[in-house]
Amino acid sequence: MRLIPLKLRTLRRWWAVFFLALFLFLLVVTDYHRMQGWQTSLLLELDPLTALGGLLTSGTVYKGLALALIVLVPTLVFGRFFCSWVCPLGIMNQIAGRLFSRRRPAQEQEQNAYRPVFALKYYLLTALLVLALWGSLQIGLLDPIALTVRSFTAAVLPALDRVGAPVHLHPPVFWGGALIAGLFLAIIVANRYMPRFFCRVLCPLGALLGVLSRRAPFRIQRDLDKCTDCNKCLRHCQGACDPHRELRVAECHVCMNCLEDCPEDALHYGLATPRSSAHRPIDVSRRRLVETAIGTAVAFPMLRSSVSASTVPTAPVIRPPGSLAEVEFLGRCIKCAACMRVCPTNVLQPALLEAGIEGLWTPVLVNRVGWCEQYCVLCGQVCPTGAIRRITVAEKSGQPPHAQPIRLGTAFYDHGRCLPWAMHVPCIVCEEMCPTSPKAIWYEVAQVPGRDGKPIELKRPYVEPKLCIGCGICENKCPVEDLPAIRVSSVGETRSSTNQMLLKGSSG
Amino acid sequence: MTSGERPKRRSQHGRQARPLTRREFLLEMGALAGVAAGAGALAWLAYSDEPVRREEEVVHRLPDFRVPASTMHPLLAVVHGTQPEAMVREAVGRLGGIGRFVQKGERVLVKPNVGWDRQPEQAANTNPEVVGAVVALCREAGASTVWVSDVSLNDPARSFARSGIRAAAQGAGAEVRLPGANDFFATDMGGSLLRVWPVSRFFHEVDRVINVPIVKHHSLCGCTLAMKNWYGVLGGRRNQLHQDIHTSIVDLAHAVRPTLTVMDAIRVLKRNGPTGGSLDDVAIENTIVAGLDEVAIDSWSLQLLGLTPDKVRYLAMGQERGLGVVDWRSLNWVESQVG
Repeated sequence: MRLIPLKLRTLRRWWAVFFLALFLFLLVVTDYHRMQGWQTSLLLELDPLTALGGLLTSGTVYKGLALALIVLVPTLVFGRFFCSWVCPLGIMNQIAGRLFSRRRPAQEQEQNAYRPVFALKYYLLTALLVLALWGSLQIGLLDPIALTVRSFTAAVLPALDRVGAPVHLHPPVFWGGALIAGLFLAIIVANRYMPRFFCRVLCPLGALLGVLSRRAPFRIQRDLDKCTDCNKCLRHCQGACDPHRELRVAECHVCMNCLEDCPEDALHYGLATPRSSAHRPIDVSRRRLVETAIGTAVAFPMLRSSVSASTVPTAPVIRPPGSLAEVEFLGRCIKCAACMRVCPTNVLQPALLEAGIEGLWTPVLVNRVGWCEQYCVLCGQVCPTGAIRRITVAEKSGQPPHAQPIRLGTAFYDHGRCLPWAMHVPCIVCEEMCPTSPKAIWYEVAQVPGRDGKPIELKRPYVEPKLCIGCGICENKCPVEDLPAIRVSSVGETRSSTNQMLLKGSSG
Repeated sequence: MTSGERPKRRSQHGRQARPLTRREFLLEMGALAGVAAGAGALAWLAYSDEPVRREEEVVHRLPDFRVPASTMHPLLAVVHGTQPEAMVREAVGRLGGIGRFVQKGERVLVKPNVGWDRQPEQAANTNPEVVGAVVALCREAGASTVWVSDVSLNDPARSFARSGIRAAAQGAGAEVRLPGANDFFATDMGGSLLRVWPVSRFFHEVDRVINVPIVKHHSLCGCTLAMKNWYGVLGGRRNQLHQDIHTSIVDLAHAVRPTLTVMDAIRVLKRNGPTGGSLDDVAIENTIVAGLDEVAIDSWSLQLLGLTPDKVRYLAMGQERGLGVVDWRSLNWVESQVG
């Protein structure tokens, strides 16, 4: 007698289709036009690794990250269901693995056999958590949700525009987007050689959920009396968790495929019976685990001794409005690129090495591509971890009760390239664009002698640093295309107490 | 054993090839000749002295959107009041009514100034009620489609939404068209400075264009009014136009001849234009100026910014180019009060 009318595998398939569709839907509506109150960061917030990483770096479980309990608690009871039922990358890997499969039973059984290399993910998880304890949040490099949101933002959705299925009004471009795309494609293509290679070998979230599922009472149970050792249960096994022998519980995704493949009805999902096979613990060596932790703990302080935006103020590291100070920012940002997805001007770009090795793929403003829209606070609204705070328009633009606007940096003129300054050509597009009132860009009317000696009247622009908010629209719209004659650098940014230039008191 | 003969040895590697029959050889040769001829033909056809094949660029021209002149009606109507919709109706009515400008079944594009991500109170964009009223008039005249479009300077989606113009336009029965990256046609502007520029394709796909600008301060040329509103048809690097702004404005006004102009002077941005941002920069003037002569409308509007026509060079240049008359008092003009 069944409690659930569907087969469990069928249930899982519908569940997975729903969550993959939900993921795509939430990603597409992460856009000023379409957001309309949707909880666009839901899947990022359901991720227990994000919650745990942030807890280790900053001692908080930020707002929506408490939703991770929705995944964490059932995992303790029902096993590592997330990977094949909810995770968009897991589901895509499963589909890709199926498409790449040559569907020969012997080969499938071979491909889905357990291998010792699967333990690597537990060591990776250990290293990432030790780094987080030291204050550096690198889980986003491999966390499947962050990785998938980033890959879709920087590679898949822009690619749709280019093949005639427009998602954006203006197709965005991303700094080093090919790198993100290449990594994503490699993860998908790896399924050709080993189904679910990423999930089985690399995924730190899978490792965390595996650890949590160790004592799950509900699991796949094999009836020793009925089993004829035919190994057919391996054919579609997602976790490669040895359902035909002593099940490796931490590897099992409870995908339920083995239940349907078993011709003897020897497998069931639920509590153990007296005839059930024993199970195996996680296949990690305690010695290697300790070595990994100590190795990371020793290496990290040496890595941090490098020059980066967290140790020395760095001109091009201009962070989104509402960002935390650099050290705290790096402790919160999971490089998911949700901010880059929602940014209306494409100014938010995944950093390569501008912010240091730790800052790979964290958001920085590249004003040549876009600018920070004065009244836009969308990046903070979609940030799942609070690396970019949820600010209001009033707070950003310095309307009462806020005394000062949020500054991202300060604009500087390059007099050798500025048309009125260097070439006696009228321009001041920067002044026209400047969004503050009064404008941070002002001009003097100068009478200057031309080449033929005749006087020319010119408006020559200046920046008033007390008013400049560093939005970068002047730099973006400057007609000197390749290297603009006005450029923003991060000095004066509100989030930093040290990256300043004006005497306190004069800057208010 | 005779000299020169060697013991026969066979390679250990590979299988022996089968000799071709005559028929197979001829077929094989025929196929090779076909491939060779194809390669030769391709090279013949593709041979060029130029490194890159260039398609002849199709250059469009904008049609003249004007309606025939009429001596029965004034060229300029100034309306004061507090209800934008009624003021727009009165102004257009004085000019002969919307039926003079829009015929049943025509496609109309309404071009407000929606340059900025600003709210209506900040007066950086055309008043949404004015846009809504113009759209409603076009609908009443039986226009088959009414589009509201602009090439914004801030993010277009934000600019249209937060200016209230998206809602007002859609509410009155228009469709908002935001130009994407591929929505520009190379267009011969026929100007003294502006030759071929990318122009939003929506302007090429309508029968009538109604200019709905707003009166604003602008540092470089003093003001941004009806004629400067045509910046909003251009894509490309239009920020270069500042280098000769007066000639650019005249060239644009020469290339785009609207059916009708309805100037919004309800809230006027007196300082810090064209972006504004502070309510201190805004003055309430509660005026609508409609007309068929953009030079005269701009010239009339200057007084709201404390300017005189001699301070704004493009007006005299426009008159010289035959675009209109700077001395609006010399025209047939009317002024009235509504409500």
